[in-house]
Amino acid sequence: MENIEQRVKKIVAEQLGVNEADIKIDSSFVEDLGADSLDTVELVMALEEEFECEIPDEEAEKITNVQQAVDYVKAHLGK
Amino acid sequence: MSLQGKVALVTGASRGIGRAIAESLGREGAIVIGTATSDSGAAAIAGYLQEAGLQGTGLALDVNDAAAVDAALDQIEKAHGPVAVLVNNAGITRDQLLMRMKEDDWDAVMDTNLRSVYRLSKAVLRGMMKARWGRIISIASVVGASGSAGQTNYAAAKAGMMGFTKSLAREVGSRNITVNCVAPGFIDTDMTAVLAEDYKQKLLAQIPLERLGRPEEIADAVTFLASDKAAYVTGNTLHVNGGMFMN
Repeated sequence: MENIEQRVKKIVAEQLGVNEADIKIDSSFVEDLGADSLDTVELVMALEEEFECEIPDEEAEKITNVQQAVDYVKAHLGK
Repeated sequence: MSLQGKVALVTGASRGIGRAIAESLGREGAIVIGTATSDSGAAAIAGYLQEAGLQGTGLALDVNDAAAVDAALDQIEKAHGPVAVLVNNAGITRDQLLMRMKEDDWDAVMDTNLRSVYRLSKAVLRGMMKARWGRIISIASVVGASGSAGQTNYAAAKAGMMGFTKSLAREVGSRNITVNCVAPGFIDTDMTAVLAEDYKQKLLAQIPLERLGRPEEIADAVTFLASDKAAYVTGNTLHVNGGMFMN
């Protein structure tokens, strides 16, 4: 199984229409990858599906870059 | 048929305008889920759809019950797929001069007519965003634009729908989801049947087409907005009122 970072990057690439190679661990969705606010909502939806979890709105707001998404998933996976 | 296989959710579909909308969308090939507040209403919806040979069913749903709305949408998605067309039609009146209006009259109208629009629209958006296609159509009213003595609550809720519609249209346009209102004028339904005869005559005198509208004429406007023919129409209110009010 791919590791979580790779899976997150893959989803970010799909959702934001960017090249996976251009996504770094500290890439900000809005500032570096050109996401708008609706893109970030959709990205969270996609993460929820990929990792079969529910991310509450107040937590979702804090996920603004790849690292934060990876950290969230690692902290909540399998709970 | 322009809506072949698409799931359409119509609230308040047991009679009047809602029923006409459900039937019209069904004739375009949509799988219609019509809601009513009671089980008997839901059964009536299932009955008229079946009788007309249309796909879909009735569902008992209180649009003011958030948990029930979520559960209903889950159920619909599992059985038929995600909702592609939402018609916010459920509505009530509690007419009263403001001087005499109770908070209950205000709240009941706001909850059923406006809060339900927030709740249902939010609930269907996820599926529409994923599909990159969606139609949210809310049934407003001419009085939301023109005002009407004795209907401060109803007119406020209907005008609220129009503002909601414009804002949501801006939010989700990039995902190919259109959001519009249809604002009926004076339509021949149970809701207008209770009006006093002299009041009806006064209203009729203000209608250039000199007659009440039929529920099917509202349904036609909704079906147009739901179709691909209206793909470039969003954030709008389509007034269907015989010329009673001109924007």
